[in-house]
Amino acid sequence: MEIREEQLVYAKWLEHGMRVGFLLLVFSFLNYIFGIFSEPHINLEHFSRYWSLSAEEFNKVTNSPTGWNWILYAGKSDYMNFFGILILSLITVVCYLRIIPIFLKKSDYLYLAIAVLEVFILILAASGILNSGH
Amino acid sequence: MKNSMPRAFITRRLVFLMLCLLASGAVHADSNLDTIDNQWWVWPLALLIVSFLIGVVGVLGGVGGGVLFVPIVSGFFPFHLDFVRGAGLLIALAGALAASPKLLKTSLADIRLVMPMAFIASISSIFGAIIGLAMPANIVQICLGIAILLIVYLMYKSKESEFPRVPSSDYLSNSLKIYGIYHDPAIKKDVSWRIHRTVPGLFLFVGIGFLAGLFGLGAGWANVPVLNLVLGAPLKLSVASSKFLLSIVDTSAVWVYINQGAVLAIIAVPSVIGVMLGSLIGVRLLAIIQSKYIRIIIIVLLFFAGLRALLKGLGIWN
Repeated sequence: MEIREEQLVYAKWLEHGMRVGFLLLVFSFLNYIFGIFSEPHINLEHFSRYWSLSAEEFNKVTNSPTGWNWILYAGKSDYMNFFGILILSLITVVCYLRIIPIFLKKSDYLYLAIAVLEVFILILAASGILNSGH
Repeated sequence: MKNSMPRAFITRRLVFLMLCLLASGAVHADSNLDTIDNQWWVWPLALLIVSFLIGVVGVLGGVGGGVLFVPIVSGFFPFHLDFVRGAGLLIALAGALAASPKLLKTSLADIRLVMPMAFIASISSIFGAIIGLAMPANIVQICLGIAILLIVYLMYKSKESEFPRVPSSDYLSNSLKIYGIYHDPAIKKDVSWRIHRTVPGLFLFVGIGFLAGLFGLGAGWANVPVLNLVLGAPLKLSVASSKFLLSIVDTSAVWVYINQGAVLAIIAVPSVIGVMLGSLIGVRLLAIIQSKYIRIIIIVLLFFAGLRALLKGLGIWN
């Protein structure tokens, strides 16, 4: 029984990415809770005042960033957690990008097209162009 | 006789833990306005414990974490539904990412089966997430309650088919080369498979993706019946491919929540860690627990959480 090359390559990259993302998430959360390296944007003691607000109200009241603007707060311990979340949310794109050359090599143009379009959709979602509001 | 003692003991302990799960939520909901709000750490800690239990129970009952997490946490914790749905998607995503590499390497999940379905579902999940975040919270809560109660009905009624009969594959699945062989260690055999009814299946994935994005639920409860009963994929392949499919579909939806600022680390991270640790324990318990009873308990738990979501949305039980 032979497993397709693209499937094995995808699995390998996904495994590494998932491990890195999860470890980063655990360490950044420990830093956040115990205040080891840096201070948070919103004081943990004050959080319970805001978490019952809608996302839109929360961002307004706490002056929190939306979209990719969290990068500007990357030094704050609460937003450091977003690096782990970022890896978990982008690893699928990386895996797709990795298997595109395999489909190209195999002249499998149908799956090549699906992979390219999926990457486009995921990047579009990640870009923050698609927005909504309450 | 020797084996039944620890099995019964563990089952009783687990039932007790699940009752604690409901009780902890109810107690916290009652003390919503008390001084406990000033002790910020109580909620993330409670969330970690509840998520851990959801992780254990989810694996034993064969459901993803998201479908239990969203109704239970939105019903009994003080967090806004926006943040609960964001965390729910992240949980489903993390669980799917953790499981997928092994499933792909052992060929239990199939990349050619998943890619076309994931493409359709990821587009609709983005629309679901956008619409969900634009709708008033009480309307989403009512819809969530109704959806969960329907899922309960589906779980209660649905009959899965180990090896569905597929007389011949259809034109589209043939063109996409969606067929293959996987090794089933339980029967120690290589199982060859193919699918049919690809077009209706693709249409159903439009709806599944939309609901996943709208409610922040992992959609394993819907993926598996469509892959198994509509497309005719063997049950094991359907379950494993559904998990892999979630890792792609939830990626697109979770980005909408991240970009809207609907993912808070204080809620999302303990939930992800709790569910992942719980899943690890659940996998170990899987061999010794009577899963039939766990499934019944999950149905009861979901019924209660769905009813709570519905009544909360209607303003009857706040």
